[in-house]
Amino acid sequence: MELKTILFYLFAVIMVFAALRVVTARNPVHAVLFLVLAFFNAAGLWMLLQAEFLSIMLVMVYVGAVMVLFLFVVMMLDINIEQMRKGFWTHLPLGAGVGLLMVAEMAVVLSGRYFGLQNFPPQNLPANHSNTKELARVMFTDYVYPFELASVILLVAVIAAVMLTQRTRKDTKGMHPNDQIAVKRNDRLRIVRMVSEPPEVQAVDAKAEEKS
Amino acid sequence: MDALLNAVLTPVQQLLGPLLFTVVWTLVKIVLILAPLMLSVAYLTFWERKVIGWMQVRIGPNRVGPWGLLQPIADGVKLFLKEILLPAVADKKLFLLAPVLSIAPALAAWAVIPFSEGWVLANIDAGVLYLLAVSSFGVYGVIIAGWASNSKYPFFGAMRASAQMISYEISMGLALITVLMVSNSLNLTDIVKAQSTGRFVSYGLDFMSWNWLPLLPMFGVYLISGVAETNRAPFDVVEGESEIVAGHMVEYSGMSFAMFFLAEYANMILIAAMVSIFFLGGWLSPFGLLPDGFHWLAGKMAFVLFLFLWFRATFPRYRYDQIMRLGWKVFVPLSLAWILVVGVWMMSPLTIWK
Repeated sequence: MELKTILFYLFAVIMVFAALRVVTARNPVHAVLFLVLAFFNAAGLWMLLQAEFLSIMLVMVYVGAVMVLFLFVVMMLDINIEQMRKGFWTHLPLGAGVGLLMVAEMAVVLSGRYFGLQNFPPQNLPANHSNTKELARVMFTDYVYPFELASVILLVAVIAAVMLTQRTRKDTKGMHPNDQIAVKRNDRLRIVRMVSEPPEVQAVDAKAEEKS
Repeated sequence: MDALLNAVLTPVQQLLGPLLFTVVWTLVKIVLILAPLMLSVAYLTFWERKVIGWMQVRIGPNRVGPWGLLQPIADGVKLFLKEILLPAVADKKLFLLAPVLSIAPALAAWAVIPFSEGWVLANIDAGVLYLLAVSSFGVYGVIIAGWASNSKYPFFGAMRASAQMISYEISMGLALITVLMVSNSLNLTDIVKAQSTGRFVSYGLDFMSWNWLPLLPMFGVYLISGVAETNRAPFDVVEGESEIVAGHMVEYSGMSFAMFFLAEYANMILIAAMVSIFFLGGWLSPFGLLPDGFHWLAGKMAFVLFLFLWFRATFPRYRYDQIMRLGWKVFVPLSLAWILVVGVWMMSPLTIWK
């Protein structure tokens, strides 16, 4: 067996196991970590398909950023695990039905008979072929307008999310950094001129102390 | 050198067969990278204590061995012999997994670092992306440690760490985009080679052609983000001693604590290597007269590491909201603006990257 095949089965088995554990894990934090493991193995599979850019992006964006925030939220939630698991068996038929439907659809697409997948030329690319460069060329020339449109939509979504959730609290004691930097000495400090003790009085005191 | 290497390797190759030879030879190379790295980590801790000692007019460690040189070995032995305590209410599996997840990315990232022309374990095309992906994975060790300890201070540390590391990863990534634009490659070796051309090279002043000068603001952003990314002072709120004791490491002892420590210092050395490669010309010599070589990269890394220590001895700790402000409101807009500036500069007739 070729090394690639061994790697494929390794990634695939771990991924299926991790995906099952995402659904069956008792602790939500464990479930999120299994999802991270599943993503990692998916990235490995994509790497085997010579899609190194997508594969690394999957790790960078999903594993490195999205799942960290996900974990962040799940850790803060106080979930009653017993309550969550109560409906497991009643909801199982529906969930299993949806899952089977997805598997069937994937099989139709990937078997290649209906979408002309088998007409694609075999992937015999030279070792120095840069997938990343190829992708960038297509994205920024042929599909530049859809790409720009997608980014604008995402930007709108970001701004909308911030605007919907942002609220300024009245009782916050946070200081604005610009105000802090703009502080002058006279705003904080007042120098009071005081007459220091006259020296001759000190001398008299010292003499009095010597005598006593 | 190469002839000698071939003379040794060819009989071994015949003995083992091609597949086994590749595996063994790669393992040997990994050991050749990691063993000096671990030694550097040990002596970086020693050097840190010495430098900060001198800056504070103290002596620093000087008891174990000549000039205190065996201090890191003594520390290592001490940590090795200590018991690993498991808190009763901790999530045991994740508690033990966290140090592993912390150190693994710190070591894995070294696979694509070129130490000199051709001295690299994996010369891959998407080297920069690989580095970003692997280093973004390092935050899991901290978060899982904080959560699995099932204790307040570690949890605060984990929350702070995840927010801080994600924020500064963005500015680091954006700063790198300008480097990628001017060097026209994602391969680290090519990025270094791209810095060996330019007008100043013909004058013999090679160091003026490195990326730090034309991309000066991004050099600053990358260096400071690197300090924040490794949770070093003045951005060490993750383990701010006066606030949350030791952050995510509170419940750890012995070797499991040492793992976090090793990971932190390995990450520092990694950031130093990345700064040297992206902005300071990697293994290139600063003057045309002198030959290139690994010693230049080592010297540059030592300089950047000294900066880390210098920062720690000099600056007071940032407040948490100030860290977030610096990341999001200063560095991210600055990097975005500089990407635009570099883009316009490259397209204009004044371009210096042809």
